[in-house]
Amino acid sequence: MSTFDNPFDPDRNLRAGCACGQHRSAAEHEQAALALRCQPAESEEKRYEGVVASAVMRAMFPQDMARRAFLKSVGASTALAALSQCFPLKTATEVFAQAGAPEKKDLKVGFIPITCATPIIMAAPMGFYSKHGLNVEVVKTAGWAVIRDKTINKEYDAAHMLAPMPIAISLGLGANAIPFAVPAIENINGQGIVLATKHKDKRDPKDWKGLKFAIPFDYSMHNYLLRYYLAEHGLDPDTDVQLRSVPPPEMVANLRADNIDGFLAPDNICQRAIYDGVGFMHLLSKEIWDGHPCCSFAASREFITTAPNSFAALTRAIVDATAYASKAENRKQIAEAIAPANYINAPVTVLEQVLTGTYADGLGGVKTDAKRVDFDPFPWQSFAVWMLTQMKRWGQIKGDVDYKAVAEQVYLATDTKKLMTEMGLSPPATAYKSFAVMGKNFDPAKPEDYLASFKIKKGA
Amino acid sequence: MTSSLRLRAGLVSIALLAAFLGIWHLATRSAGTTTTMSPEYAKLMGLTATQGKSAMPGPLDVGAKLWEHLRRPFYDNGPNDKGLGIQLAYSIARVGTGYLLAVLVAIPLGFLIGMSPLLSKALDPFIQVLKPISPLAWMPLALYTIKDSSVSAIFVIFICSIWPMLLNTVFGVASVRKEWINVARTLEVGTVRRAFTVILPAAAPTILTGMRISIGIAWLVIVAAEMLVGGTGIGYFVWNEWNNLSITNVIIAILLIGVVGMLLDQILARFTRMVTFPE
Repeated sequence: MSTFDNPFDPDRNLRAGCACGQHRSAAEHEQAALALRCQPAESEEKRYEGVVASAVMRAMFPQDMARRAFLKSVGASTALAALSQCFPLKTATEVFAQAGAPEKKDLKVGFIPITCATPIIMAAPMGFYSKHGLNVEVVKTAGWAVIRDKTINKEYDAAHMLAPMPIAISLGLGANAIPFAVPAIENINGQGIVLATKHKDKRDPKDWKGLKFAIPFDYSMHNYLLRYYLAEHGLDPDTDVQLRSVPPPEMVANLRADNIDGFLAPDNICQRAIYDGVGFMHLLSKEIWDGHPCCSFAASREFITTAPNSFAALTRAIVDATAYASKAENRKQIAEAIAPANYINAPVTVLEQVLTGTYADGLGGVKTDAKRVDFDPFPWQSFAVWMLTQMKRWGQIKGDVDYKAVAEQVYLATDTKKLMTEMGLSPPATAYKSFAVMGKNFDPAKPEDYLASFKIKKGA
Repeated sequence: MTSSLRLRAGLVSIALLAAFLGIWHLATRSAGTTTTMSPEYAKLMGLTATQGKSAMPGPLDVGAKLWEHLRRPFYDNGPNDKGLGIQLAYSIARVGTGYLLAVLVAIPLGFLIGMSPLLSKALDPFIQVLKPISPLAWMPLALYTIKDSSVSAIFVIFICSIWPMLLNTVFGVASVRKEWINVARTLEVGTVRRAFTVILPAAAPTILTGMRISIGIAWLVIVAAEMLVGGTGIGYFVWNEWNNLSITNVIIAILLIGVVGMLLDQILARFTRMVTFPE
């Protein structure tokens, strides 16, 4: 029986095929739980209350039938009231929400000012960190390499990183090998390919030979997705086009100056280029792979082992913020909270267009896609396996890779699952799922086959 | 005659400034609505796209924004948003610390090298190799080894301001006129006393010139260093506003960097005049 179905519901089916009673078989239940992933309850406090009350109710009436009889006779709300009479539900909820006292309360978390960092940033002004007993200072950082160095230096306790970065750092690519871990994915989707306005008739990637594109960092989903997209259209990203590593604000300026032809960048930079009238949205990264991870929340293994409770509280705060951000009705408020100079430092209109998904496309039309950027914290280990296949595909990793071992070492699915369960969320049952990138299925169990199936790749 | 020259020069300066501002203003005027677009679409777009406003701000925009900054230079909205006064104070403090450390090392060392031909010859190759290294090239190495970004910034200031001071001190000390040293020697003045009463005053103008060059370089470098490490300071401010593509604020920062640099230079120029002597 799941801990999170409602024990106050007297009409609950106790004997059906699956645990929760809503599905015909256990397999179907699993399937639905997977689909649900982490649907947050309407309010965080209510969710905790629910978890605590459920546990108490179950403890008082271990027999399902006896509980049902009791509920039938007095009603759920009376039962809850009676329960809180003899058991301090409120205190228990607070104690539960705080879990182990954090070893270190004053923490520094680094971020890059882009909408991908939304949960990390908004958790400060909107009080998600303080709710979990932490005093977190979110520090704007000048670039990905700096964020990497400052996290390695322990100036930051945890940081916003591109999803492949913790894998690269753990493997020692572009830095000393230092074990890093990802308890939560910051955002899914949330990038796009923008082209200069003069290319508005060149919508077929086959015509892009010789163009110059910018990406923010080598170990990024931006890099892998753009390469993937180009290669699927028959262009070799290493020889047919030019890919440059360029900081996002310079992308907009370079596009204006006609120095590059396009870029794959975080959404707010894409939208900024449109807002300034220098480019148009060719496509959202969502159209390449719907639900792809983009940025991650990462910390070093050392921090996790020396301050496990602080780390758990941080993860809880991030998961909480992510759940809040995943809801469409909160997005406008979030845009306002993260727009000031202290955080992203961008016009509210731009952030609103990104977060609400109703945006100007740069060609005179207004488009709507509520899932343009989305938030779902679960660190699927199959994501990590996919990134490893691309690192190998483009020659960033040479030789053999133990995909599964690396994925499981860096992407902390098990710990996050436990934490999410404690918080009253329903995380998926497994840490691997298959997905499709541009219509091509990826089976995380067979990364080598996947890698072998590409025609265009760097010979490794 | 001199007062009339000064007056005329002032007038020319003002005329040049007015011409510059005028051309700037005309060049960045908005060109009116460019293309017709649906109001719903236009609402989502910036002024550059809807009104054909130049991407470059005009002098009036900059003036208004500057006034806004100067009205409250010391506000503090958390770790990533502080007033311009605070940012400048951070930068000046970093430059001051790094520069002072460099003074403490460069001048005694320069004295030593200048007075000893052996040391001078022995250390010369190292100095020659280290001197032309761009200060910012030290940055990644500093971040990696010192493991503290604000100390790294100070280290970069230190390393870049040390060379001009060192070389000028060496040169100043080594080229003190031989007669003066010989006179001191005939009067049986000890080495330490000779260094302080003869060599130091004679070399002071050269040493201060080196210090003046150094402060200029230090101020040049701090902006770039802060852009790289982020956090606080005027360089970080420029980066942050660049990130927001706010050219207005970038121009304001440039203006202020220039003014502060000039002030620092003037302070050292005054010191130089104080120790200069007619031969």
